[in-house]
Order: sequence, then structure tokens, then C-alpha cells
Amino acid sequence: MARIVGAVATSHIPLIGKAIAMGWQNEPQWKSFFDSYAPVHEWLRSVRPDVAIVVYNDHGLNFFLDKMPTFAVGAAPEYVNDDEGWGLPVVRPFPGHQELSWHLIESLVADEFDITTCQEMQVDHGFAVPMALLWGTDARAVKTVPIVLNTVQFPLPSPARCHKLGEAIGRAVASFPDDLRVVVLGTGGLSHQLEGERAGFINKPFDLMCCDAIAHDVQPLLKYSSRDLVREAGSQGVELLAWLVMHGAMSRSMKQKHFAYHGAVSNTAAAVMLLAP
Amino acid sequence: MDTTPSSHDDIPGTIVFDGHQAMKAYALNKMCFSFNDAANREAFKRDEDAYCGKFHISPAQRDAIKRRDVLALVRDGGNIYYLAKWAGILGLNVQQVGALQRGITEEAFRAMLKQESA
Repeated sequence: MARIVGAVATSHIPLIGKAIAMGWQNEPQWKSFFDSYAPVHEWLRSVRPDVAIVVYNDHGLNFFLDKMPTFAVGAAPEYVNDDEGWGLPVVRPFPGHQELSWHLIESLVADEFDITTCQEMQVDHGFAVPMALLWGTDARAVKTVPIVLNTVQFPLPSPARCHKLGEAIGRAVASFPDDLRVVVLGTGGLSHQLEGERAGFINKPFDLMCCDAIAHDVQPLLKYSSRDLVREAGSQGVELLAWLVMHGAMSRSMKQKHFAYHGAVSNTAAAVMLLAP
Repeated sequence: MDTTPSSHDDIPGTIVFDGHQAMKAYALNKMCFSFNDAANREAFKRDEDAYCGKFHISPAQRDAIKRRDVLALVRDGGNIYYLAKWAGILGLNVQQVGALQRGITEEAFRAMLKQESA
């Protein structure tokens, strides 16, 4: 049987992707950030996941406003990264795990999550940056299932709904017959806002409260609406929804094994969190 | 230009991108989405007006594009994820786009980010 061996929440800031492409990992302004992923690398080496379910939001590479699914699940043999328009280097495709994808799709729809199924899906920095952060150039040894949330156009799914989607993903993985070790990634955040007179908004106390809630007691976060998240975390801080899906998917017995927070990297602070038994 | 607020206008300095906003600027957002393709970015650079014409961009939005007025475009329904692709053509990074909208310098904007997350 497949099982979720752990969960990793991480930022997916494009500038991190650029730093990786440029080989800046040991530059003074980047070293402590990249070093903070070492405990996650060590854990990944010990559990050797077969598949990563990557929960994130598309930023206008694969999905446009002509058709904007609230929840979309990839079912492709591979996922291609492409030009996002503003200079981030394009990386090689990522292999998919189609059997697990279709099992998730069957199970989620049976569980009343009427997701959109994508047999082709381009993956942007929200997917590619975390894969590079966690596995570097070895990322293609891990198979993937991308799950995309709409954080672009309101109405957005609520935090509670996203958490329930995660729970349904957890049930789906547990009923997959093959022996697979699965890690769930929730990417994005932390608080940030790119547009309006409030551009540059960061709410560190709220960031830290959210991280603490994900680690210890998620219930308070599930009472927020997505609009509350905009107020407290900024227009793009709603990416926290992906962390909530991740949290829903993991077993309640998992504990925080590692956490690091970094002051502003680009327009948002950055964080990484590992949860495992 | 339609400056009526989004139906979520109670968050100061924030224009929530909802259906109301989306309806105002579908063409603008579609044009900006096309900038994922390098050939389209080049075509825009060669002749901005002709490229805007191809997408039937409104006169007010064309004027805001000429003035590099990001805030006016956001208020008129531009979505920042797509506008970012246009800003990339202009060589603007996300700090510069933020500073432009706040009416402050890039240095002041970066200092603000650092202070908020310290």
C-alpha cells in the first residue's frame, strides 16, 4: 500500500530559482537560506520518497482566465516547465506518476471533489522551485503528481475546503495498492502583496502564527475565509492555501521536525517546514 | 476607464481580483498572458500600439500602458500575475513594480520589506 511518509512546506519565490540557476547557494546573502534546507535533504535521503504530490498555484503559465479551475490534478507522463515571460530560466521536464494520478482523480471525485483533470499541464516556478530546492538536479528521480489551486481569481476555495481536499488526498494515497513512499509538498507564501498601494505588505506575526498553527493546531486557520487571508497575509499571501492542503493530507501523528524562517527574500519572507512521524 | 471598486474594497490599498475586476480587462490580461512567448514580447517591443490593437485594448488602458502606470491598470482590472509579464518586457522587477504603485523609490521599498520581515 502507498503511504505518506511526510510533508514539506516551502516558499516558491522565483528569485530562489534564479539563485539556483546562477549557483549563488554559497553567496553570503544566500548561504543561510540554502543551508536551512539541509535537514530536509537529510530526511529525504533517509526516507527516499518514490513520488512527490506537489500542491501549488499556477501564476499564469498553464492556466489563463479563459478556463480557471478551482482545483486541478495532473495526469500526464511528464510535466514541462516553460518561459513565464520575465526571465526565469526554463528547467527540464519532470516525470509524472500517471497511475497514482488517476487513482487520486477517481478517489477525489468519488469523495465529491469535482476536480479538473489535466493530461497536459505546464508547471511553473510554484512547482519547479520547490523541486529544485528539495532534490536539486536529482529531482527527476522522483515521480510527481501536481495539484493546482486557483489563487488568482476570486472566488477562491476556503481554507477549510482546502484542508478537506488534503484529507481526501490522504485517503486516496492510503488506498493505492502499490507500495509507494509519498511525500506531500505545499508550496508558496508567506505573506506578500504585489499589487495596489499596499504592494510590499508583509505581516510577520501572522506568518509565524500560521506556521505555528500548521505545526501544532491547524483549527484556528480553518475559521478564516480566503478574503480574511488577503487582509492578513496580502493578495498573494493566500498561497497559504497550499500549505493547508498539505496539512490535510498528512497523518495527524506527524510532528514538526524542522522549521526555518528568513526575512524578506524578494517581496516575501521565506520559510521551510518538515513534518514527519 | 472603469474605476468602480471591486466588490471586496474594504481592504485598504488592495484591489481583490474578482469577477467584477476580471470583466473590465479580459483583453488586457489576455494580451499580457501572450507575453509568455518571446516572439510576442518582441512584437510588442517593435510596435506597442499595433500589438495593443491586435488585442482590442481600450484607449484608457493603452494610455496607461504608455505611461507605465501599473496602478491604473490594476484598478482597471489588470491582474498582477499577467501584468508582471508586461513589466518584465520593460525590465522592471517586482520591487520596482511595487515601488511604482506606492509612489516611492525602489530603495525605500526594499528597506520597507526588510523592516517588515525583520
